Amino acid sequence: MYRYDSYDQSIVDARVDEFRDQVQRRLAGALTEDQFKPLRLMNGLYLQLHAYMLRVAIPYGTLSAAQMRKLGEIAAKYDKGYGHFTTRQNLQYNWIKLADAPDILAELASVEMHAIQTSGNCIRNISSDQYAGVSADEVADPRPWAELLRQWSSFHPEFTYLPRKFKICVIATEDDRAAMRLHDIGLKLVERDGVIGAEVYAGGGMGRTPMVAPLIRDFVGEDEIISYLEACLRVYNRYGRRDNKYKARIKILVHEIGVEEYKRQVEEEFAHMRTLGLNPPTEELDRIRAFFAAPAYETGLGEDIDRADPAFALWVDRQVAAHKAPGYAIVNISLKPLTGIPGDASAEQIELVAGLAEQYSLDEIRVTHAQNLVLPHVKKADLYAIWQKLDEAGLAEANLDLITDIIACPGLDYCALANARSIPLAQKIAQRFADAERQAELGELKLKISGCINACGHHHAGHIGILGVDRKGVENFQLLLGGSGAEDASLGQITGPGFSEDGVVDAIEKVTDIYLAERTDGERFLDTYRRIGMKPFKEAIYG
Amino acid sequence: MKILTGNDLVSGDVIWWAGEGWSRQVGDSADVGEHGDDLARAEEAALRVVGAYVIDATATDEGVRPAHIKDRIRALGPTVRPDLTLKPNDADAGNWVI
Amino acid sequence: MVEFLSFRDGEATQEPAVTVEAFTGQSNATAVRIEPGEDARELLPFLDRLSLVEVNFPGFGDGRGYSAARILREAGYAGELRAVGDVLVDQIVAMRRCGFDSFHPAKPLDDAAVDRALNRYDDVYQKTIDGRRPIWAKRHPETING
Repeated sequence: MYRYDSYDQSIVDARVDEFRDQVQRRLAGALTEDQFKPLRLMNGLYLQLHAYMLRVAIPYGTLSAAQMRKLGEIAAKYDKGYGHFTTRQNLQYNWIKLADAPDILAELASVEMHAIQTSGNCIRNISSDQYAGVSADEVADPRPWAELLRQWSSFHPEFTYLPRKFKICVIATEDDRAAMRLHDIGLKLVERDGVIGAEVYAGGGMGRTPMVAPLIRDFVGEDEIISYLEACLRVYNRYGRRDNKYKARIKILVHEIGVEEYKRQVEEEFAHMRTLGLNPPTEELDRIRAFFAAPAYETGLGEDIDRADPAFALWVDRQVAAHKAPGYAIVNISLKPLTGIPGDASAEQIELVAGLAEQYSLDEIRVTHAQNLVLPHVKKADLYAIWQKLDEAGLAEANLDLITDIIACPGLDYCALANARSIPLAQKIAQRFADAERQAELGELKLKISGCINACGHHHAGHIGILGVDRKGVENFQLLLGGSGAEDASLGQITGPGFSEDGVVDAIEKVTDIYLAERTDGERFLDTYRRIGMKPFKEAIYG
Repeated sequence: MKILTGNDLVSGDVIWWAGEGWSRQVGDSADVGEHGDDLARAEEAALRVVGAYVIDATATDEGVRPAHIKDRIRALGPTVRPDLTLKPNDADAGNWVI
Repeated sequence: MVEFLSFRDGEATQEPAVTVEAFTGQSNATAVRIEPGEDARELLPFLDRLSLVEVNFPGFGDGRGYSAARILREAGYAGELRAVGDVLVDQIVAMRRCGFDSFHPAKPLDDAAVDRALNRYDDVYQKTIDGRRPIWAKRHPETING
């Protein structure tokens, strides 16, 4: 894992000091809320439905045990004993007191964490693959690139007041576990003629105008990635729309002027940028890379897993993924207990996972955009012990990528922007499909719920997506089918008129019935939908 | 009736204008008539509230009921965490927001 | 309170700035004012005769002026580059990094707050045209000179 040097540490420390000063000015009345708001947002502090909310950055979803433990401590000490892992691989606290916020940032800085640029019209936290560094088929570990970009984007002087927020993702495998093409810029590391570089995709995103990002450059080498991204951002900063915040994301610019024209402008700017010496020397990426070198895996480990306990065997089959090192496995920890809140974890659960990482996973934890956690380096021999501890803490649900592994935004229970509640609906769906055999029968089925058009719950990218809307003061839910955030990215289509909360659960059941009746061998829900189209589903739902 | 709500500047707690000061209980809300915006400005300037705004509500037998579900959820707390609402011992409290 | 802040040696340019359209259409003006939607590159043929470029920020959240400033400096403009309008103390550092060397904010700035802002961060991650050595250069002094 990356560790701060004195430069990195001094920047986050100075940020704490700066925010303490800003909060004091606010509490003393020297700053009005209008003046303070953009400053607090730059530190991820929102005024939400019930209280202030603090969003903490988890760069590329990687945490050490000590960082995880600190997140739990903060939840217990300053919040109401829990935190919420988001679809951006970040963590949100829902009940923060303004006067405590600087102390919380200081606690975060003590474990090399921060909340810098977790809101605002700037470059946000860089996201990545939760299996980075441990999947056998990756071209290179994407995290050194992501860390390079984290540093480059922190307090970028030219790109802090962009037309709108800007999200960048880096992956390095054919399988896309990070919804790369639904980012403002997506980088996919590739190898060409023995050299590692990035394919660049631009103009993806969800929100009210969802778009899958087109390829804008086939290859950018690591020695030029910064100057190339500066070119992409400069064109966007200068020409992205500022007259309407709903049309201000880069996807609208790329769409309105066309991919070819955007590419042309970027190439022209890049030709200029590459003369300015903006790129760190290759030694800098090498320095960062050294932090992500493969840990010292033990050798001679057994591959056998004792499957005598059927509940454990079920969990292994569902939650454990292949690791590149012999004798090791990747453990996915579900934060989707059937009656729970997707992505929420109590201070005690966070502490437990920190302890497990320390004891069994070489000190590392990952956060996924699907709001689950990962222990990336687990010996197969330790799986049973881990499962027992997770089970005691209510964290042993075996539903990865199944219909109850629901992505849900906080919705109207917490969010000031929401039009409808997402979480109660997620709970109703989970209870309707609670039967483990039924879930397994349905197979991979990604269900994603957003409580408003901003799409934090990725509803456009769900095999089944749900969008909550406000219909004359009553919660109403639209159903979408056929989306995907993976390597086969696509956008879901709305089935038709919306439903009540119970009505949409019934409709989903009808949709799954059609799938079971129509599927051919080996077809996932998404495959069947793509083959037979919307019509049969629509007929079943609306009769 | 028109009532005034916002968040406590320091704690962030949801608060309701109760006539002489602020309350955590929506039931204490006073009708602010046409004075809501002036009150909001004065109270924000006095650093007692942030994000204050006027909403429609009705006085019912069970107390003051904000017109919009969003404000009813603000008044109660998150319906998915009854333990953190203002009525932690009432399992059905969430029904009030619908 | 500071109404005008300059990091240049000598007197500030007093000549009133004209619009980009007026400037490119006449030959004698030496001061110009860029609005957010205007292309700073239109000025590149005239850099030699310019002594002042004002970049207007009608609202602090419109960041186009940062790109305008950097473009001018990257092209070698050495005259005064002044940020005017809704310029806030929390933005001075970023503006300095983009090449602004004078400030005429619509609302005067607090001297002490300006001092604190300018001295808060010792180091920067990015290379721009302001001559500061980015952190990556300091980390690899053997590779990066200057």
